[in-house]
Amino acid sequence: MIPISWYLLLSAVLFCLGIVGFLIKRNLITVFMSIELMLNGVNLSFVTFAHMWHNVQGQIFVFFVMVVAAAEAAVGLAIIIAIFRARGTLAVDRIDLMKL
Amino acid sequence: MNGHLYLWLIPLLPFAGFLINGILGARLPKWLVTAVALIAPLASFGVVLNAAWSVRAGALLPHIEAANYSWIDAGMLHVDFSLVLDQLSLIMLLVITGVGFLIHIYSVGYMSHDRGYWRYFAYLNLFLFFMTVLVLAGNVLLMFVGWEGVGLASYLLIGFWFQKTSAADAGKKAFIVNRIGDFGFLIGIFLLLGQFGTLTMSDISAKLAANPAWTGGILTTICICLLIGATGKSAQLPLYVWLPDAMEGPTPVSALIHAATMVTAGVYMIARTHFLFDRSPLALLIVAIVGAATALFAATIGVVQTDIKRVLAYSTVSQLGYMFLACGVAAYSAGIFHLMTHAFFKGLLFLAAGSVIHGLGGEQDMRRMGGLWKKMPVTFWTMTFAVIAIAGIPPFAGFFSKDAILMAAFTQGTAAGKVFWFVGLFTALLTSFYMFRLWYLTFMGKPRSPELHAHESSWTMLGPLVILALLSLGGGWMGAGRFGAFLGPVIGKKTVEAASTNLEWTLSGLAVAAAVLGWLAAHMLYRRNEGREPLASAPGYTVLTHKYWIDEVYGALIVKPLLTASRFFLEWVVEFAILGGAAWLLGGIITFSGAILQKWQSGNLRSYAAWLAAGAAVLLLFALATWNGMLTHVGMHIGNLHMNWAGH
Repeated sequence: MIPISWYLLLSAVLFCLGIVGFLIKRNLITVFMSIELMLNGVNLSFVTFAHMWHNVQGQIFVFFVMVVAAAEAAVGLAIIIAIFRARGTLAVDRIDLMKL
Repeated sequence: MNGHLYLWLIPLLPFAGFLINGILGARLPKWLVTAVALIAPLASFGVVLNAAWSVRAGALLPHIEAANYSWIDAGMLHVDFSLVLDQLSLIMLLVITGVGFLIHIYSVGYMSHDRGYWRYFAYLNLFLFFMTVLVLAGNVLLMFVGWEGVGLASYLLIGFWFQKTSAADAGKKAFIVNRIGDFGFLIGIFLLLGQFGTLTMSDISAKLAANPAWTGGILTTICICLLIGATGKSAQLPLYVWLPDAMEGPTPVSALIHAATMVTAGVYMIARTHFLFDRSPLALLIVAIVGAATALFAATIGVVQTDIKRVLAYSTVSQLGYMFLACGVAAYSAGIFHLMTHAFFKGLLFLAAGSVIHGLGGEQDMRRMGGLWKKMPVTFWTMTFAVIAIAGIPPFAGFFSKDAILMAAFTQGTAAGKVFWFVGLFTALLTSFYMFRLWYLTFMGKPRSPELHAHESSWTMLGPLVILALLSLGGGWMGAGRFGAFLGPVIGKKTVEAASTNLEWTLSGLAVAAAVLGWLAAHMLYRRNEGREPLASAPGYTVLTHKYWIDEVYGALIVKPLLTASRFFLEWVVEFAILGGAAWLLGGIITFSGAILQKWQSGNLRSYAAWLAAGAAVLLLFALATWNGMLTHVGMHIGNLHMNWAGH
């Protein structure tokens, strides 16, 4: 039996990797993938706790998160394609039209 | 009496007229405006007549009608909307609604060409509303509401032709001078409340009656405060200055508000609160001094005025002084009697003067009149009645009331009373003189301005003149001898009647002699009516034409310093320091904080993300710092949940 804390540790590592990727990566696609990584880190902790408490609610949350993530991926990728078409680049540092 | 007299209709009918004409008047046809404006005071007069008829037995008074709800109920202070009808308010109401209605009719003719026709009648009805509230009020506060309201109506009507700077200024002057008096009145009300714990007049009177030994002291202070209010409204020294300027308003307004009714509110107020004044001989003496001084002072100015309305204005101030003098020697019934006859003949004088002005196309300078008796016979004869009445020649009304006042002053039994009597007598002489001067200058001799094409006014204007002329003739007979007895239940019996018949005849003879002497003097000086002022070389003439420089003195001593201080306050304290400072400060704060917060809006996506992550981290650290409390909270919650699941 693998202890619960291992799962939680893995979840935290995934989440932090996502944050770090989100912060340091310049490519918009990579930033987007980092967000997915964070979501999945959270999903893992949901499943872990659901297992720990023998409560199915956590699992159901995960399904919701996945559905929303899929929708978000569709919209997000569409936006990314639109940006690329308009600007010819996906470097986040250069997408700063809204700056004061 | 159980019968309902519908007293509340008396003020509310004119108020309805005001609302209809004031809101819709501009869109209504003229005949409808006229109908509304005339029906309101007529119906009001009808209600008063009905009330007078119902209570003619007299014993049923005072009749009190109170609304079912109270106006103010705060701690010990209880004020309701009670209306009181007694002999005093009945007389006032008859005068106000009766003369008021006549003047409304007259105004239909006088104002027929004015663009602000509907506005004029709305204001006039509003005035009647407030004036009847003032008179009917059963407590001092409600009276004060009417008091302020008539001031407002007066302001609106003086400044009726507001495009004229002088009219607008006169309106402001009247309003501001009245504010000074009203301030005194208000202080008096506060003191009354502090002393008696109630503002209902019958309660105050009852509390005083329960303490027969209570005289002077705080009562004197209260009376003097009330007197200050009265001097403002009734144009007495030192606050009389607004009334002559108020002649800028339309002439029927001068007749109704600034001669017959509103300016007598001060006299009415003193008579109404006589139970206070009776307890303070000092305050009464001051009232008498103010009255006598004003009577004489204004009469001397009236002697040299050349504007027909200004003569009448100063005459009004002077006659009001007479009424104050009467109140000051505790002869309230004589004061109210004179108030009534004065309403008749002074209202008539103003209306007749208005007819003259109307007939001459707006000319008010008597030096340009003359010889009008042929062209305006009805105006001439009615004016003659009024002049004889105010001069105090029997059997016209003014004689009886003036005689009653002089008599009361003489028989008061003090040396001061004799002085007041003499001042009154001399004023009577002056009154007779300047009134006949006006009469000769206006109607006698040859026309000095034939180019003005004088014409007689229409019968809407002449009708009220004739009725008022009859009242000026007969009004004295109605009241002579009986007036004091009629008002007795309200203001108490005075010992004036105790004087011997001999003395009475002597005093009357002297008063008539003074009046005739004044007439003879005017006859000698102005009969030829050459347009030159025969008094011009007399000593003191300059002083009088400049009205003792009172306006200039007030201007230099009060208005100018006040204006300078106000300007300074407005420009430097309010405008510069407060408004400018606030705007500068606000702008500075926003610029400063904006300069700092601007740095966050870098436009760099990753910096936003970093801030977001940092915020999340801070929240997490906070959660960790309060871990214990949170753990128990969440733990309990999860425990409960677990048990619920286990239960299945």
